Amino acid sequence: MEVKLLTEHYSDDNYRTLEGYKAKGGYEDLAKAFKMKPEDIISEVKASGLRGRGGAGFPTGVKWGFLPNNGETRYLLCNADEGEPCTFKDRMMMERAPHQLIEGMIISAFAVNSPKSYIYIRGEYVYATRVIEKALKEAYDAGLLGKNIMGSGFDHDMDVYVGAGAYICGEETGMISSLEGKKGQPKLKPPFPAVQGYLKKPTIVNNVETLAAVKYIIRDGAEAYKKHGTEKSTGTKLFSVAGDVNKPGNYEVPLGYPMIDLINNECGGMKNGKKLKAAIPGGTSAPILNAEEVERATLDYECLAEMGSMLGSGSIVIMDETRCMVDMLKVIAHFYHHESCGQCTPCREGTGWLHKLVSGVVNGTAQVSDIDLLCEVANKMKGRTICALSDAAALPVLGIVPKFRDEFQFFIEQGYSKVQGRANA
Amino acid sequence: MFELSTEGKEFVKKELARYETIESAIIPALYRVQKENEGWVSEDAIGHLSELMNIPEARINEVFHFYTMFNKKPVGKYHVQVCCNVACAMAGTREIADAFMKEHDVKEGEMTSDGRFTFTRVECLGSCDTAPMMQINDDYHENLTPESAQQLLKDLK
Repeated sequence: MEVKLLTEHYSDDNYRTLEGYKAKGGYEDLAKAFKMKPEDIISEVKASGLRGRGGAGFPTGVKWGFLPNNGETRYLLCNADEGEPCTFKDRMMMERAPHQLIEGMIISAFAVNSPKSYIYIRGEYVYATRVIEKALKEAYDAGLLGKNIMGSGFDHDMDVYVGAGAYICGEETGMISSLEGKKGQPKLKPPFPAVQGYLKKPTIVNNVETLAAVKYIIRDGAEAYKKHGTEKSTGTKLFSVAGDVNKPGNYEVPLGYPMIDLINNECGGMKNGKKLKAAIPGGTSAPILNAEEVERATLDYECLAEMGSMLGSGSIVIMDETRCMVDMLKVIAHFYHHESCGQCTPCREGTGWLHKLVSGVVNGTAQVSDIDLLCEVANKMKGRTICALSDAAALPVLGIVPKFRDEFQFFIEQGYSKVQGRANA
Repeated sequence: MFELSTEGKEFVKKELARYETIESAIIPALYRVQKENEGWVSEDAIGHLSELMNIPEARINEVFHFYTMFNKKPVGKYHVQVCCNVACAMAGTREIADAFMKEHDVKEGEMTSDGRFTFTRVECLGSCDTAPMMQINDDYHENLTPESAQQLLKDLK
């Protein structure tokens, strides 16, 4: 069953305007937050168990707690560089509920005492950027941004920064580099952004969905928020579902929701009555699950980690029995090769090798021993680089190849896809 | 020699003052050049920006070459970017992209001889529930079929 906190008013076209948003109680939670002490808001967010919704799943309140008390200017950066393939939840939120994000951000900025925030939006999201810019103007005109917001004595400025096409800028330190006007290359951690981020100042980077969720934690209280989800994975989560289902789209369900129920109920089941073969549970970086695993998977951080995969950004790709796993991996490997920033050798070279090896399977130049080589290269890419892109490129290989090894072997030996036959060779 | 319009120069000056560091204005300035230069950024525009922004050419080039949305050579009036990532590939965009290039007899990234189109295969554009999809200039076109995609190009003026 869907539980709609963040998505409750998505179908209301007027909700994207300040007037429509206020009619549904918009900015009342900000007024409530202003009556609280900033440290109490942080405690509430910590108590709620909210974890980063962008992919890493780090506890939000804990992240905020890393800020040093050294009197330096603190920045809040909203990560709206939604680039993980098959994720489209943040775009939809910005387009349908821009003020919800802005309100969540002002509350968060007040909690961490930040005078300035940026929403870093990926360059391709032209329409979402327009909607956000319009909403920001409305908020400024209504005194919800700027000096002495709602008479609270709190000053805050918010601006938009538009990226220019680089997946790596979704990595928080890559995003900071980009905002500073440099190549979007990640930086070594530590120091973590909370200590030394944008312009070497303390910076909190949170995902769109995370910041919007803060509003509901303030509205309902941590205890009520925790009633959704499981003990360790609290709250609701947006899932972007694509692929071979009847009704792809964004769905908000409590964490811990059975994956197969999401497919059969919310998504209307498999398209054309085909059989489920596999699913990617959390963006293409997340190792694939086979049909049997999908049957018993629940959508929470713990269950998917136990299955050797991850919840990631919450983007799910459903694949039916007609899908060739060699072909799927080729598409995925191409992506990471294209997006490696080139800074670290294992990633720069490794992503190229992965793409070359899997292309070799399709082109007929591979040997059976290349199957093991694929895994060997992937294993050597893990945990050896500045950021997680290298791991993100290696993990899908280590998921798909062992689980569907027969398809790779067949393709190499026969010269065509085991699943799709000679027609697509 | 490329030079921004008076309004363009004003825009860049405002951007230089908008952020905490002037370098943050490089991306917005490059977008502006692209907008005023038929969709691409020429080498001489980098020199122009360097002078206008008082930032070394090498710093601007570093940004210019890193990001894929800055076009390094002329593009057609319609830049057709077909998403070929997982969900769209599953829905048939690779075939749509191939058909476009075959029909117009161009390779990926090349401009058609009449200057109307440039076709590129791109990575996920975040509209997977409406796959297959593509972006033409700033606009998304979703839930395509091979036929509707062809028709869409024909209907462009």
